[in-house]
Amino acid sequence: MNRLAVELPGLSLKNPIMPASGCFGFGREYAQFYDLSVLGAIMIKATTKEPRFGNSTPRVAETPSGMLNAIGLQNPGLDKVLAEELPWLEQFDVPIIANIAGSTMEEYVEVAETISKAPNVHALELNISCPNVKKGGIAFGTVPEVAAELTRLVKEVSVVPVYVKLSPNVTDIVAMAKAIEQAGADGLTMINTLVGMRIDVKTGRPILANGTGGLSGPAVKPIAIRMIYEVSQAVSIPIIGMGGVQTAEDVLEFFYAGASAVAVGTANFIDPFVCPTIINELPVLLDELGIRHISECTGRSWKTGAHAVHCRS
Amino acid sequence: MIGRERMTVVSQRMIAERTYELTLSGQLVAQMNEPGQFVHIKVAEAADPLLRRPLSLCQIDHKQGQCIIIYRQEGKGTALLTQKQPGDRVDVLGPLGHGFPLDAAPAGGRALLVGGGIGVPPLYELAKQLANRGVNVVSVLGFATKAAVFYEAEFAAFGETYIATDDGSYGMAGRVTDVIEQQGLSFDVLYACGPKPMLKALAERFRGRPVYLSLEERMGCGVGACFACVCHVPGSETAYKKVCSDGPVFRAGEVVL
Ligand SMILES: Cc1cc2nc3c(=O)[nH]c(=O)nc-3n(C[C@H](O)[C@H](O)[C@H](O)COP(=O)(O)OP(=O)(O)OC[C@H]3O[C@@H](n4cnc5c(N)ncnc54)[C@H](O)[C@@H]3O)c2cc1C
Ligand SMILES: Cc1cc2nc3c(=O)[nH]c(=O)nc-3n(C[C@H](O)[C@H](O)[C@H](O)COP(=O)(O)O)c2cc1C
Ligand code: FES
Repeated sequence: MNRLAVELPGLSLKNPIMPASGCFGFGREYAQFYDLSVLGAIMIKATTKEPRFGNSTPRVAETPSGMLNAIGLQNPGLDKVLAEELPWLEQFDVPIIANIAGSTMEEYVEVAETISKAPNVHALELNISCPNVKKGGIAFGTVPEVAAELTRLVKEVSVVPVYVKLSPNVTDIVAMAKAIEQAGADGLTMINTLVGMRIDVKTGRPILANGTGGLSGPAVKPIAIRMIYEVSQAVSIPIIGMGGVQTAEDVLEFFYAGASAVAVGTANFIDPFVCPTIINELPVLLDELGIRHISECTGRSWKTGAHAVHCRS
Repeated sequence: MIGRERMTVVSQRMIAERTYELTLSGQLVAQMNEPGQFVHIKVAEAADPLLRRPLSLCQIDHKQGQCIIIYRQEGKGTALLTQKQPGDRVDVLGPLGHGFPLDAAPAGGRALLVGGGIGVPPLYELAKQLANRGVNVVSVLGFATKAAVFYEAEFAAFGETYIATDDGSYGMAGRVTDVIEQQGLSFDVLYACGPKPMLKALAERFRGRPVYLSLEERMGCGVGACFACVCHVPGSETAYKKVCSDGPVFRAGEVVL
């Protein structure tokens, strides 16, 4: 029995660990460090219809145990992703989750329809939560009716299951999640980054050229855990959790909160080997805690009658 | 090959105002070759400060298995780095990026090396490797003030060396571009690292000539994955180069400064 294997809509994962969108490019850079086939899946950088340059630099700023980014959805555009990036990824035995974005509903639909037909794309991740672009992105992620409408339109055209990536920058994330579930989403991914700002004390001006940026890294983990804890109890579709994951223990915490798989973002920048390291450490941790299969852990923090965790050590 | 290693601190000493020379040893040195490449250093094991710091390779010594980095104490990360003692471990990712092209300098030709402040360190390994190839090296190094000057004698070992200070407290007063004019320095190839205004001035003054510039940008991953460090390519709205993996050294005109 593979105690790490997880079945999700469209995704038969050999393990529940995948790099988060935007933190792994299209895989090429990290293929210098290890065989990408060890990963459960790969969430590729947000793809839009046309190539985008994104925001001016500086695009990153450090914060206590975290970082702000304002990349602005830079990507080579749909045609190039289809012609170069996805075919290159086919050499690896790993399902791709295509993160897609747009400025209009039509753009999302067009990208979704085309990219969902690529042979190694097993699911879409609808990025309705990017805080760093003026048009689109987060605009679709803050009003439940708009998010639901977009989900419906994308579901109509996509040939693979659709996961919707939730923004934490909302007052009621549960209402959002429910609206998206009702619109037919196959799963949720959460959380995207939180809008923040840093100001340079020497110049008195924001450090990021964009002013604001999205906060990620260990600093956001408790927020991600809380939101997954709330949302997983309110919906019945699976959640891929993310936000500050660095270790196998973090992964377990996300499962206990209600996640069924976990993505690792910022931690790749600090340790390029973080994903394979977590994958190797998970079975050891499961042994220590007397857990037979990782999936038993989903929602343990709130499930009534769930077995108490036995600590053998 | 890029690697990650907990390298050992061999020594650390202050060589100028707020400026430190850090010697590290480890297997990774075997992978280091190109002057102008950099390493990405995690200064603390803890999650804070979170990101790695990009610092240029200043000297590579394959025989001893050691490399040297020279850095200026600026903020939180470099302040923590100053506390490292011999025997301590430092988490290093590297070598990263593409350095200065040595082949651009013809043997017997003249290479002008222009450094500004904390842009000086990578030029040292460059001077060494160029001199080994029989290239005549001329160095022009600019600093803010006398107390900030370092490695004058080290550069002088490889050829003519001019020091300029902004306040005139040491060497010639003024900027590196003034020194080049005043001394009428000619070159077959120019290599530079330093603040952006200096790089811009050099690119404009020597438009069309073989000029190579090392750029700085705030980084996330340091390996080309996060799109933090991009710059525009002239004549295109969407074309880009990444400072960390396509650079940090570019030919003048290749990217928008
Ligand atoms: C390719 C490259 C090579 C470099 N080589 C050297 C060198 O040899 N010697 C040297 O002294 N400095 C060098 N720098 C600059 C050095 O990276 C910064 O001074 C350092 O990161 C500051 O960190 P801090 O923690 O002290 O400052 P903080 O202000 O606490 O840093 C906060 C964040 O901003 C980033 N940051 C701040 N200033 C810079 C900067 N100028 N460039 C890039 N990121 C910055 C930090 O990396 C960190 O992520 C280089 C930069 C680059 C991009
Ligand atoms: C530099 C950077 C770029 C990102 N780009 C994207 C993106 O293109 N699409 C997306 O859905 N999320 C993007 N994200 C958000 C991450 O996928 C993830 O949701 C978030 O960073 C929280 O996880 P972490 O703390 O592990 O990084 C990006 C994050 C970072 C740090
Ligand atoms: S720092 Fe991540 S792409 Fe250059």
